[in-house]
Amino acid sequence: MTALASTAENANATVESPGRLVIRRLLRHRLGVVGLAILAAIVFAAIFAPILVPFAPDDVLVGEPHSPPSATFWFGTDEIGRDVLSRTIYGARVSIQIVVFALAAAIVVGSAIGLASGYAGGVWDAVTMRIMDGLLAFPLLVLALAIIAVLGPDLLNAMIAIAVTKTPGFARLVRGEVVRLRRIEYVRAAEAAGASDIRIVLRHVWPNIMGNVVVYGSLSGSQALINESALSFLGLGVQPPTPSWGYMVATGMQFWQSWWMSFFPGLAIFLAVLAFNVVGDALRDALDSRLE
Amino acid sequence: MIRYLGSRLLQMVPVVFVVTLVIFLLTQMLPGDPTVTILGEHSTPEQRAQARVEYGLDAPAPVQYLRWLGRTATGDLGRSLRSRERVIDKLAERVPVTLQLTGLSILVAVAIGMPAGIAAARWRGTWIDTVSSIAALSGMAVPYFWMGVLLILLFAQELRWLPPSGYVAFAKDPVQNLRLMVLPSLTIGLAFAGLIMRQTRGAMLEVLSQDYVRTARAKGLGEFAVMFKHALRNALIPVVTVIGLQIGALLGGAVVTETVFSLPGLGRMVVEGIFTRDFPVIQGAVIFIVLCVLAVNLATDIVYRFVDPRAQA
Repeated sequence: MTALASTAENANATVESPGRLVIRRLLRHRLGVVGLAILAAIVFAAIFAPILVPFAPDDVLVGEPHSPPSATFWFGTDEIGRDVLSRTIYGARVSIQIVVFALAAAIVVGSAIGLASGYAGGVWDAVTMRIMDGLLAFPLLVLALAIIAVLGPDLLNAMIAIAVTKTPGFARLVRGEVVRLRRIEYVRAAEAAGASDIRIVLRHVWPNIMGNVVVYGSLSGSQALINESALSFLGLGVQPPTPSWGYMVATGMQFWQSWWMSFFPGLAIFLAVLAFNVVGDALRDALDSRLE
Repeated sequence: MIRYLGSRLLQMVPVVFVVTLVIFLLTQMLPGDPTVTILGEHSTPEQRAQARVEYGLDAPAPVQYLRWLGRTATGDLGRSLRSRERVIDKLAERVPVTLQLTGLSILVAVAIGMPAGIAAARWRGTWIDTVSSIAALSGMAVPYFWMGVLLILLFAQELRWLPPSGYVAFAKDPVQNLRLMVLPSLTIGLAFAGLIMRQTRGAMLEVLSQDYVRTARAKGLGEFAVMFKHALRNALIPVVTVIGLQIGALLGGAVVTETVFSLPGLGRMVVEGIFTRDFPVIQGAVIFIVLCVLAVNLATDIVYRFVDPRAQA
């Protein structure tokens, strides 16, 4: 009965263009819009950093070292007189780059594993899912640290480490959905009609999972960002002099009197993580209400 | 119950196998010849070949894995490449610090998060709900290290109430130990309180809409009795579960927090190990952390099953 009802729902939703419906619902979610605006601003800052910054991020002595925030230096200057605002804007580049590439890799690999596992079942399913369970038992940051310990600290390895830690989550999610969807009539109908496995997965199963993957992706974005900044805070992510938010906070900790050195980059991380979280929540609500 | 325990333990076997295999494979991927690390740069090829046999490095990888697993199971985690100290002794030194930090953090999180969640559910839709929900959302978005920095700036640098960092064992000087642990515990606790608050609020809202709560109210019980005797007791289950399931995140948070406050705990041990390329140390600490997470998750499942009759069906 429920299966029939949801099949009918899906048919209706297709008529009303579910994508537009979701976007409309998303835009009605006030916090979600704020989150989207923050994310857009960060991405904008990352792309147009060279035009936006008042000073080159690596130029030393653009002002007196340790100058507090002022009209010229909105976020103050650091210990060698670099502009903290310019470095914070450039920091967005590194963070967004790592989060986007790591998540993209995790989504592609995780979803592929999940689809294959859920669809093939049997031994392949049991083995891959036990591997995923094993990886999920590691705290994210601890697994990332173990990977960095082997590969060595730099930007690419931070990306790899974060991608590996996020992959099992996507695999589990997608696999669960596949197993659920396979029992639903329209997929069984497609099977009965003789559609190939690839066609069923791509045409009937995946489109119905994508929404959940997007929501989970957005919520994972915040975790990826927190772990990326934690790695760079520990000195195990992007290496200086490339400006990164986490490392800037760590440097600021050596100069407590210049509180602005660690305050503003930390604020940037906080806002970005908050934005990912509220957008994820809003997306979930927007997709959920479609089923009401 | 015993059958459940048995099957749950059996499910753990493949997970533990995968976890240990991952850690073992990571060590195998380490660049460089391990015998050079053991004997030094100036060792001759003959010495290295002999060491290879001596340390069992000539055996095929599966054999090496099983031998290593056997040693690990008996607590032989090898020695630090730097200090030659036994890793297990190092762990014994570091674990209490991390345990204290995690325990105090959970205490802070529950002390703040639960009342806030109860209040938000009781006065749903009012300013109390809005303020605590926004605070919770923000708390969950603050990276631990930044929270630590803000707390140090406020309480150590500006107000000068508490020391900024350092560690003294509780047994040596309990007062100073607790003074030093306040800020680190607040760092993790405040962030974690957000999660507890949201969980408590959700669970309370669900319970408050149940028939038996309405019955309790209808028979004229005071608000206090309804909230704490009837509602909270049942709302506790999901809250306890979330604490158990988040233990991994808490230990991950400890890694960063211990670095901020220079606490000689497990997390610091991993980070120091990475900087000094001391792999036995990293390996020992990581295995310990993951086994802790697995054990706590298992305990949570069992407790859950024990307190919630519905889960036993």
